[in-house]
Amino acid sequence: MPCSGTPRMPERGPPLEAEVVTRVDESPTVFTLVLSLTDPQAHRDYRFEPGQFNMLYLYGVGEIPISIAADPERPGLLVHTIRRVGRVTRGFAALQVGDRIGLRGPFGRGWPLAQAQGRDILIVTGGLGCAPVLPVIRQIIHHRERYGRVAILQGVKHADDLIWRERYHQWAALPDTRVLLAADVAGRDWPGHVGLVTALFDELDMDVSDCLTLMCGPEPMMRASAERLLDRGASPDSLWLSMERNMQCAVGHCGHCQYGEKFICRDGPVFPFSDIAHLFGEPGL
Amino acid sequence: MFLARTHLGELLSALRDRGYRLIGPRERDGAIVYDELSGAGDLPRGLRQSCGAGEVRLERTGSPRCFAWANGPQALKPLLFQPAEPLWQATCDDSGRLRFEAVEPRVTPTAVLGVRACDLAALALLDRHFLDGAVRDPHYAARRAALLLIAVNCTHPAATCFCAATGDGPEARQGFDLRLDELDDGYLVASGSAAGEAILADLPLEAATDARRQNAREAVAAAAAQQTRTIPPGDLYDALSRQRRHPRWEAVAERCLACGNCTQVCPTCFCSREQEQPALDGSTSQHLREWDSCFSEGHSYIHGLVIRQSVAHRYRQWLTHKLGGWHRQYGRSGCVGCGRCIAWCPVGIDLTEEVHAVLGDAPDA
Amino acid sequence: MTARPRIAVHKFSSCDGCQLAFLNAGEDLLTLDRLVDMVHFAEAGPVDEAAQVDIAFVEGSISTQADAERIRRVRERSGFLVTLGACATAGGLQALRNLADGAGWLAGVYAQPEYIDSLATATPIREHVRVDFELWGCPVNARQVLATVRALLFGVRPVADHQKVCMECKRRQAVCVLVTGRRPCLGPVTSSGCGALCPRFGRDCYGCFGPSESPNTDALGRRFEGLGLTPESIARRFLFINSHAEAFAEAGHKWMGKHDEKA
Repeated sequence: MPCSGTPRMPERGPPLEAEVVTRVDESPTVFTLVLSLTDPQAHRDYRFEPGQFNMLYLYGVGEIPISIAADPERPGLLVHTIRRVGRVTRGFAALQVGDRIGLRGPFGRGWPLAQAQGRDILIVTGGLGCAPVLPVIRQIIHHRERYGRVAILQGVKHADDLIWRERYHQWAALPDTRVLLAADVAGRDWPGHVGLVTALFDELDMDVSDCLTLMCGPEPMMRASAERLLDRGASPDSLWLSMERNMQCAVGHCGHCQYGEKFICRDGPVFPFSDIAHLFGEPGL
Repeated sequence: MFLARTHLGELLSALRDRGYRLIGPRERDGAIVYDELSGAGDLPRGLRQSCGAGEVRLERTGSPRCFAWANGPQALKPLLFQPAEPLWQATCDDSGRLRFEAVEPRVTPTAVLGVRACDLAALALLDRHFLDGAVRDPHYAARRAALLLIAVNCTHPAATCFCAATGDGPEARQGFDLRLDELDDGYLVASGSAAGEAILADLPLEAATDARRQNAREAVAAAAAQQTRTIPPGDLYDALSRQRRHPRWEAVAERCLACGNCTQVCPTCFCSREQEQPALDGSTSQHLREWDSCFSEGHSYIHGLVIRQSVAHRYRQWLTHKLGGWHRQYGRSGCVGCGRCIAWCPVGIDLTEEVHAVLGDAPDA
Repeated sequence: MTARPRIAVHKFSSCDGCQLAFLNAGEDLLTLDRLVDMVHFAEAGPVDEAAQVDIAFVEGSISTQADAERIRRVRERSGFLVTLGACATAGGLQALRNLADGAGWLAGVYAQPEYIDSLATATPIREHVRVDFELWGCPVNARQVLATVRALLFGVRPVADHQKVCMECKRRQAVCVLVTGRRPCLGPVTSSGCGALCPRFGRDCYGCFGPSESPNTDALGRRFEGLGLTPESIARRFLFINSHAEAFAEAGHKWMGKHDEKA
């Protein structure tokens, strides 16, 4: 009987059970779930790369992709920071410690940490785009000596949208590390810039043509940031973006995350700008 | 070798004796569909099919032939990549603990009679998608391994066919277990695998005469020559990407119903969505995969936003992916020239016409 | 949602067919009985119209002043309000009266029309009170009704799926009746949910599940014209079960306008 004749590949399977071990309300609409796989072997074996995502399954409701906002050196504690937007995320918002969900992952290609060694690192995020870069920041903190100067730029629409204020404060206190915040609409005690995140580039004391830039956030924000940085001499190979599309299978089969000739779930979600320059910013792709 | 028409039933019996469920063409609801066959009598003997853009009609002729038509709305895709199937099931106990189990696909060894060259080409593409990537789809894989294919060279292409232009037909050259050429008095038979060879050994075959062989060759050549639709050759990704703002996309969107029919009948379109189907009592929930389409709003939905809002964007996505993106992803075009998307489009949109218009190289221009 | 929600099924101007579709759910009704308290469902037995409930299903459109007042009370007493079928969601068949001279008809049919107490229009529930979720269909699909309850029991919104009938039709491997039979099928502009019931039995969809997502009624109308339908019969395809649903109303009026131009 004819068969494809290829060696046996890993097969797509069902999720594993995970338990909510901690739940934090970050803002009225954003919450964090810390999960632990209930199977001890799976818990021990689980590893991920910063920038990858998991598929989280809410029993009887559905499955959605969520980036991993955990510490890569503590891979057993799977942290996911989620905004209540759709029916599934609203369902996740109701979970309490001890509740069980399903988890498949990790999936995709993450940030180019191997290229980051010895270089200055610029991290530009918008809104909840701060979550997928959190593992990178953790990694940098663990091995601060391996990297050059670090600048963390975070923009939000409204000052109240900023989560992790305390964390930004702590990171700002690290050696050779700058934290710059921007809000389009600021409140009374807003410590940062009022306006777009792109305005923060003027305050940088690093050479953007030589640093590694990691970017994650809404596409218009990434587009504006990428344009400015390229204008300032950033190399398209050193500018990395985390992209987002509808991901349902997470293994390149279901077709929803097509982005030009890429499947975001499999070829991304993190891409060097040079790989997607022909697609980026084009409406309806 | 030659199998006289009167012995066709013996081919079917040989397959059934080997434990195969027999799928083949038969007339249903004004079309030729692939469904279970109980015997050679179910085959669409003397039926011809005329197709135009958005139109399919069957006609009766006095011909003894059973394969004197091009193709039906579907062939192999639904047998392997099922329109709807559960992938896994979750069970929740009283304390809220979850248990997950893969739903094993129900697989029956299946022989398909009457597979066209375009369908074999599409199958090779689906194999690449579901089997040869980093992750293998177990449902597709299990059904694929249980499939036996009996191709029939196409001698009666429809007006919508353009397999000669894509290079995928009308002659079946590879990927079959057995291949037939239909003549008035019977079939030339060739095997393409060990399984096919073994079946041949059970049949009352005669040597094929030169006249019959020539007859078959000429019929296939005529089938190629008869085709009028064309599609530009090669990887169109860059060419189509350069035309992202071509007014033709808006023009086609005015006619396009975004109903997804083209993608559903396309033998290579692979998009699926995943849906949850919980039991009413909440004790179990099935995770279902079902055919989806890039023409659906939900296809490009992310957290409150539809990326491809306009139908122009959706049509552009489909065509650019089909004729361009596939080259980058799978090494060849996603179009095998079967013409189904033209015939089964309710408003008769013709991708060959659209691509020529967008690329500004209309053959008549 | 409480652990054991209280449910009411209210009836307005309707044929009861949606309640019957619900009642035809068979064994699932026994399961449902273990999960919820059905406090008001006249077609099934329990009657307590004034009960405070977690989920209210509302069948029928608003076509009398009494209906218009009663739906407000229903809304006040209901946590999550779900319309049940074409009448409640889009006015239903009786909304055809919105296109006609209702008073003239009454005067023509009844000797003493002053005894007939009805509004000039039959309108969907949404035009009177806030609706939390809408179930389409004439009648509704019982599976969708039960899936709605199940989702609410899980504490999430039910899934609103407005893909086209064509998608369901193809998944079920039905043969396209428009392409093979030149039938004026509304499947390409109608919401799925019925399981492509009509096309699977060889007849053209008449749109009872209401407009789908991105309904290109212009292109489909032109296609019907190509099949030989007159502008008036095209208009009547759209102005039928869901004549008051925006996309169908708009298309219907457009073709009716073309008919009037010719006349």
